[in-house]
Amino acid sequence: MTAPVQTGAAGFLARFEGLRARLPGGPGPRLAAAEAFRQAGLPGGTSGRREEAWKYTSLRPVAEAAFHEPMSLVGDDSTLLECLPRVDAPRIVFIDGRFRSELSMLPHALRFTRFADDAAFGTLARPDSEPMVALNTMLAEDGALLSVADGVDAGLLLLVSLAMDTPGASVAFHPRHAIRLGVGAKLTVLEMSLGSGAYLHNPVTEVHVGEDATLAHVRLQNESQTAFHLSTVYVEIAGRGTYDSFALNLGARVARTEVHARLIGAKGTTHLNGAQLLGGAQHADFTTVVKHDAPSCVSRQTVKNVLAGRSQGVFQGRIEVARAAQKTDGYQMNQALLLSPDAEIDTKPELEIFADDVKCSHGATVGELDADQLFYLRSRGIPDAEARSMLVHAFLAESLEAVTHEGVREVLEQAVENWWKRQAA
Amino acid sequence: MLDIRGLCAAIDEKPILHGIDLTVPQGEVHAIMGPNGSGKSTLAYVLSGREDYVVTGGSVTFDGHDLLAMAPEERAAAGVFLAFQYPVELPGVGNANFLRTALNALRRSRGESELDAVQFLKMARAETKRLAMPDDMLRRNVNVGFSGGEKKRNEVLQMAILRPRLAILDETDSGLDIDALKIVADGVNALRGPGFSTLVITHYQRLLEHIVPDRVHVLAGGRIVRSGGPELAHELEAKGYAGMAAEAA
Repeated sequence: MTAPVQTGAAGFLARFEGLRARLPGGPGPRLAAAEAFRQAGLPGGTSGRREEAWKYTSLRPVAEAAFHEPMSLVGDDSTLLECLPRVDAPRIVFIDGRFRSELSMLPHALRFTRFADDAAFGTLARPDSEPMVALNTMLAEDGALLSVADGVDAGLLLLVSLAMDTPGASVAFHPRHAIRLGVGAKLTVLEMSLGSGAYLHNPVTEVHVGEDATLAHVRLQNESQTAFHLSTVYVEIAGRGTYDSFALNLGARVARTEVHARLIGAKGTTHLNGAQLLGGAQHADFTTVVKHDAPSCVSRQTVKNVLAGRSQGVFQGRIEVARAAQKTDGYQMNQALLLSPDAEIDTKPELEIFADDVKCSHGATVGELDADQLFYLRSRGIPDAEARSMLVHAFLAESLEAVTHEGVREVLEQAVENWWKRQAA
Repeated sequence: MLDIRGLCAAIDEKPILHGIDLTVPQGEVHAIMGPNGSGKSTLAYVLSGREDYVVTGGSVTFDGHDLLAMAPEERAAAGVFLAFQYPVELPGVGNANFLRTALNALRRSRGESELDAVQFLKMARAETKRLAMPDDMLRRNVNVGFSGGEKKRNEVLQMAILRPRLAILDETDSGLDIDALKIVADGVNALRGPGFSTLVITHYQRLLEHIVPDRVHVLAGGRIVRSGGPELAHELEAKGYAGMAAEAA
């Protein structure tokens, strides 16, 4: 088990060769994905190759690391649960990418199966176009397949990924999730990614929102500061359906949150909101592609970045409006607050519009804390650090308000609070 | 209580104050009048610790302590309050939260227990009522969407809640109609007492009809050129700053 491991793309391909007989599901999609990954490699992993979709994010640090097979030989698990918020809801827990029933509280209002037991790859993911999705498809071993029946309000569900510290050995795991909401169904998912040590978490999630259904997908990415988090979500939204997402990115050394949302039925809605709070030498990339393929759909996006230290935030947002998608209403805003002169934000908005009766806009702002506001607070007796904290929270307040589930919003607010305390310390 | 000696200050290397001498004893109301550009607001900012104003000479003591060595929040904790000429908008910060955070910061610095939300709101509602302010001003974001008069009243509300020992009113009358002016003046007068001193900075005499000062000082060209009793304000009103400056020269 502890044979020397290769680094980079070659390491992952070697892993696939060693594992393929034991991986769940038929070999067809795996082999095709392996071939795609072999050709594409890790974006930015080899010098000289630059892909437009990965213009601001290089996976060189991932390519230089060697990853082991997760061992998941965990002794006392009770301490693990202490890092979970006290939210009264069923939970599905994965450790190092593997489902752990003894830590989970299975939901009753929806159907849950393990990818390990039923390895059906969905139709939305595109391993041919996205190298990290190819890597996931090649090596996925487990994941949560969630399905809510027509007309059912399944409430809140926690989907938790915990990574264990394996001293001296980085692990990589590639969970494959799917969420399917039937006609008129409702679900709120709070997805949390936490861990300690160095590891790669590379999840792919395929989401189908049925007609008149509503999925609130809230993600808290608070991985270890030495981890890599590269997630890709594909969403398809049917008529009058709503995919309402919020991603809070605080953790990881290098993170990318990539979402492809496609509105395929009239009067659908999608919100791809988020916030990234970074310090030190962290790098986080928020990349979204919204495809309006049906008329009278609405897409809204507000992404806020608070950047300290030498951190780098990236926002790439693309809205594509097909010829048939008349009366499209698309809005995109990216805002950055730079708390240090060495922090950096890169923003790339793109609009591609083929319909003639649409309302689409985008904007971006970059700034520092306002000196007048800071002085005003301090002149009232509020100490400098507390005043700065108030202004950062004020900057984020509007975006967190988009999370309508109160208990979930409190979890995010607490995470922001803890992040700020870490920065101030 | 407040003792200013030979104070010189500059902004962007441009000297504005050229040696101000001024003493405000405890419990007194002093007015500083002067034309535009005379250094009135600079004096207010220097006293409250705004960092872009550089003190190039002189001293300021407050209760015998070196005020100029203190950070803005330390000055506030010592009891100095500046009512801003242009109150700052704070989108995303609720007014009640702002006021409670400020009050509790001051209480902490004095070793007093903090007020919880219920205790605070009870007190704040009483003050808004006294200042004829609608209750929803506590719920709104600080100064966001406030009219000019509402912003000034919000400054007086902060003063009423934070209970400073020295209030500096920087052109608090500007942009106020006569009713709002009365409300603001009543708010200040309600705080008058042996433990409360005020420095009223104004361009016009009309505020001083409502907040009657013990002393009036005329600031021109970064210096105090004349001092006198309340009658000096009337003299100024009659002669104008130009006439006064000509006499002083």
